[in-house]
Formats: sequence, structure tokens, C-alpha cells
Amino acid sequence: MDGIHDMGGMHGFGKVEPEPNEPVFHAEWEGRALALNRALGYTGIWTIDQTRYGIERLPPDFYLTASYYKKWAVRLENLLVEKGLVGADEIKAGHALRPGKPLKRKLAAADVPNTLSRGSFARPAQAPARFKAGDRVRTRNIHPQTHTRLPRYARDRVGIVEAIRGCHVFPDTAALGKGDDPQWVYTVLFEGRELWGENAEPTLKVSIEAFEPYLEPA
Amino acid sequence: MAQNHDHDHDDHHEHGSELSEMQLRVRALETVLAEKGYIDPAALDAIIEAYETKVGPHNGARVVAKAWSDPAFKRALVENASKAVVALGLMNRVGDHLIAVENSPKQHNMIVCTLCSCYPWEVLGLPPVWYKSAPYRSRAVSDPRGVLADFGVALPAGTDIRVWDSTAETRFIVLPMRPAGTEGWSEEKLAALVTRDCMIGTGLPKNPKDVA
Repeated sequence: MDGIHDMGGMHGFGKVEPEPNEPVFHAEWEGRALALNRALGYTGIWTIDQTRYGIERLPPDFYLTASYYKKWAVRLENLLVEKGLVGADEIKAGHALRPGKPLKRKLAAADVPNTLSRGSFARPAQAPARFKAGDRVRTRNIHPQTHTRLPRYARDRVGIVEAIRGCHVFPDTAALGKGDDPQWVYTVLFEGRELWGENAEPTLKVSIEAFEPYLEPA
Repeated sequence: MAQNHDHDHDDHHEHGSELSEMQLRVRALETVLAEKGYIDPAALDAIIEAYETKVGPHNGARVVAKAWSDPAFKRALVENASKAVVALGLMNRVGDHLIAVENSPKQHNMIVCTLCSCYPWEVLGLPPVWYKSAPYRSRAVSDPRGVLADFGVALPAGTDIRVWDSTAETRFIVLPMRPAGTEGWSEEKLAALVTRDCMIGTGLPKNPKDVA
């Protein structure tokens, strides 16, 4: 979706402000919010792309003003209610009003060390890779109302395939709960001027990780 | 003490509490989820402890220091970072799609996620606030030299910038150049030069003179 989250190339947000000696969490609840998201993710009730889409669907004014972990907490409430796992009345009450539904699995403390590394998103290919390193490609001019990982600034732009990264779960499909729909992933390299016009720094190069359905031959 | 608000009298208890709105909100959600049997609060404690104490940029710094010291490891790292990092034994497992990108006098690499906050958690820990912020995500792809200036970093004019937007499940770590004047240094001493920001590409390694 062409949402506020798709920030590449936007103006007006000001300087980057690094915080010296930044703590891992700025408040105790931030850690709890992160851990709740991780623990619920472990149960398999949604995919990583469904959770990203959950963030993207937050109202733009809230997205821009809420802290990172506040977005995570509110997204979690929203997804739990959407999935029918928790009632809005229960969130309001701060207590369960009905028994929970059965889940595939539940994260135990002893299993946490094994969940700190990311899973694999590689999947068997549905078809041979359409492109190879060195190919010129044009990104499609698509504007799906749902989740996509093709950023606006890199649509309808010509680049060069630099590498094939394997065949992975396709976020655009997975975010809708419609399965993995594996697609080839390519690093596609663009000249700065192709993306930003003649005033771009002449030597700038930017790459995206592009799923094959985002690309056509150029 | 506000006297004219609309709250019930019971709410006065809250005014003296240090709990913020979000602390209460997240605590309530945790209570609901625990009562429904979806989560084990002890697992949450273990996750938080891991990110506060075990997973962090010190892991990435060891990887970089090893690459600076061992040419064979560096080749393996650039070839397949996931495999090479696991072989190093710092972590029992690393996700499948880690990619190390090497800086050179000709090219400086910078990592961003313009769409959300994708970041190599396993080797760098949780991303800092600035990495997830609108200023960084908006400008890194169009004005990376300006972003570097925000960090107080100026590259030589002959060094081009390459930005990697993490738009899929591949994750990137920058392999910075080994500072001059560190010949004969141990891996441990070298690791002390490696900052989180230099592995994202918004910084450079520390000056060897500043590390005793």
C-alpha cells in the first residue's frame, strides 16, 4: 500500500539524531511489548508480513507520532482482535473474559535461546529464475492497496540485476494469509540519477531486494 | 493536583503512580494473554534478558575483527555470511540470509530499511531509535552523504556511496576497512574499534589512538 511507512526519498523529516549511549529499551514496557510480539509470533498465528502489514495499516498520524514500540503494542492488540484470539472487551477489561483458543504451540522460557535466530524464508521455486546477474530490468509501476515490498521511489525504474538471493516467501501474498507463493529475490542496483533525477549525487548507487513479480525485462 | 477533571474518584490512585499509559496498557495486554494461555511470562523475561545482555553489536564486532585478521574467514564471510558467522561459534544459529558488504577506498556501504526497520538483529542486536526513524529512512537512499554529515562523518571525495535498502528477508552488515596503525593487534583489541554504526555504514571504526 502507498502508505506513510514507505518513506524512501521523502523530505521534511529533518536531521538524523543519534542518541549517545542509547539503552536497549527506554522503558520497561518496551521490552514487554517486544517480547509479547515475539512470543505470539512463535505460536504461528500470523506471518512476519502480516505483522508488517499490521503496522502499515495504522493511521498515518499515529504512525508518525507514536514511538516504535507503541506501534508494536497497538498493532498487536489490533491483530489479536482481528484474528478473534482476544476480544476488544477483554483488552478494555485488562482480563480474560473467555477461555483462550487452542494454538499450535506456546513459547516456553527454555526454548527462547533457539528462537533468537531468524528462520529461513527460502522455499522451493515454482519456476526457474527469469533473470540472471547483469540483466537490465524495469521495476513495475504497481500500486497495490495491500502489502508490498516494492518501495514507491523504486517503481518504474531501470536497474541492473546484481545477484540472485534465492527463492523466498512472497510478502505480497503472505501478508494476506494466502500462503508462501515463493518468488525469486534479486538485488537490483540503480544509479542515483535514475531514482532522483539529474540533481542526484552522480556516483550514488542504491539497491533494493526485489521479488521477481516486481520486475520486467528492460 | 487537578481538581476539575472528569475522572471517577477512584482514579486518584493513578495520579501518584509512576506507571505511564503505555506501561499500564502493555501490562493489561500481557495479563489478558497469560490468562488466555497464549503466553508464558517467564518466556518474555528470557527474551528481554537475551536482548539486554546476549544479543548485541559486540557479536558483529567479533565478526569484523575476525575478518580483519583472517583472510580466509573474510572470503568465507563475503561469500556466505550466515555460514561463516555460525562457523565462528559466536551464535548457535544465524538466519539464512545474512550478507556482508565490504567497504573499500572506492566504495562506502550503508544499510537502511525504508519500509520498516529490517536490521541484522543476530549480529547487531535491536536497532537504535534513529535507524527506525523517519529522518534516516527517508534520506538514506537519496542523500546518504547528508546523513553521514548528521553523524559527523565526511568521506573522501573519491569514495562513492552504495546504499542497500533491506526490502526483503536478506539482511546486511557492513564490513568496514581495517584502520591503519593496527598491525599485529589481537582480534580482541581490534573488536574494540568496531562500533555498531560502522557496521550499519553511518560511522567509521574508532581511531586506534583512542583505544588504549
